[in-house]
Amino acid sequence: MYTNGYIFRYAAIMVIIAAALLSTAAMLLKPFQERNIAIDKMGGILTSAKIPDVDASNAMSLFNKYVKEEIVINENGDVVESYTDGRMEDGKAFKIDMKKELYKKSQGEPYELPLYVIEEGGKKLYIIPLRGIGLWGPIWGNMALSDDFNSIIGVTFAHKGETPGLGAEITTDIFTKQFIGKKIFNDQNEFMSIMVVKGGAEKLPENQRIHGVDAITGGTITCNGVNDMIKDILDSYLPYLQKNR
Amino acid sequence: MSAEVKEKEPLFSPKNLKLIKTPINLSNPITVQVLGICSALAVTAKLMPAIVLSISVVVVMAASNVVVSLLRNGIPPRIRIIVQLVVIASMVILVDQVLKAFVYDVSKQLSVFVGLIITNCIIMGRLEAFAMSNKPWPAFLDGIGNALGYGIILIIVAFFRELLGSGTLLDIQVIPDGFYEFGYKNNGLMILPPMALITVGVIIWVQRFYTRDLIEKN
Repeated sequence: MYTNGYIFRYAAIMVIIAAALLSTAAMLLKPFQERNIAIDKMGGILTSAKIPDVDASNAMSLFNKYVKEEIVINENGDVVESYTDGRMEDGKAFKIDMKKELYKKSQGEPYELPLYVIEEGGKKLYIIPLRGIGLWGPIWGNMALSDDFNSIIGVTFAHKGETPGLGAEITTDIFTKQFIGKKIFNDQNEFMSIMVVKGGAEKLPENQRIHGVDAITGGTITCNGVNDMIKDILDSYLPYLQKNR
Repeated sequence: MSAEVKEKEPLFSPKNLKLIKTPINLSNPITVQVLGICSALAVTAKLMPAIVLSISVVVVMAASNVVVSLLRNGIPPRIRIIVQLVVIASMVILVDQVLKAFVYDVSKQLSVFVGLIITNCIIMGRLEAFAMSNKPWPAFLDGIGNALGYGIILIIVAFFRELLGSGTLLDIQVIPDGFYEFGYKNNGLMILPPMALITVGVIIWVQRFYTRDLIEKN
């Protein structure tokens, strides 16, 4: 028969062993995981700028080859820091935690945001990291703008736990290639963002079609999340974009 | 330890092999015991997550069956469910961490589903029904068997759902463009959960047709 004392001792020891085991594993594996996350981030930035053949093995070297400048901007659109020399993954911009900065913004506090400049074929591309909320968890991505700060060169999206086959389809080429060539400002220089709409751009008035893409059937909430994410993030960068256009 | 077992009965004696074979067909966790349906619906829209989840379940199930079986004589019956949960949860977290460290792309695809292995009723069911009262080696085989039985159904369902729902297999297009030109369309319903249930139903039907033992004798 098991006494109460035995049960308590058993539970206590079991919990301690499990905790020790898990924290050791987490500590030992953390460097590998962080490296993977950094590489993934670089891969996303490069892919959005249409750099070909990016994969996990060459992302870091390509990132250092193509990214010429990392800019940190504040809420007024002023450049706080520009990092051009040295290893690009050590730049301040690369280390900024978007989640924290966006929280500061929602609280009305000053915030800083990263911007990456890629030079390819003599042209400068500006890459804005995105972050927002999908159906089940965070979604994020990158948007590459050409040097007119208006036309989109490419985008990438990623997500934590959107439904496979539905919301998770935002990562596919079929969805992301719709963004190429779309514009975020209209002819009157008003900020229009990019609208993710059911039925595609044809459903919009003719003069707005250049700002619209088709949503994914069955992934409505995720697509609304993408729509809001692009709007919110571009809104945060708006002072900088307008100063430099 | 294995030498000791060998004296009594060989490692892969017919009795032990039965532990692997029965759950694949005669007492399949999904189609016969109707356990683990929730994850069978959730992850089978694409083939790749289904395969990786099956492998992860095999690892978690075999490992936690062995651990619980080793501990079985010391576990106080009154808190046995809690002990089983701690074992399963620890294993799942370990698998998740390892996936994140070494196969990041796959772990990104699986996202929350690895964590959901914890809630897979098959695992707890086998710990409670088998590992608590059997030696580690049979418990290991039982774990592998049941996880395979689960995984096979998952992969079959995912195969049909991805093929008919997206026209791809492992994200490679298999239905030629010509079909689409003739008006063939991917069936969007296949990627929604209800069709997973219907697919599982069809599998049960086919299985019962070929395995007469499963048919109830009024």
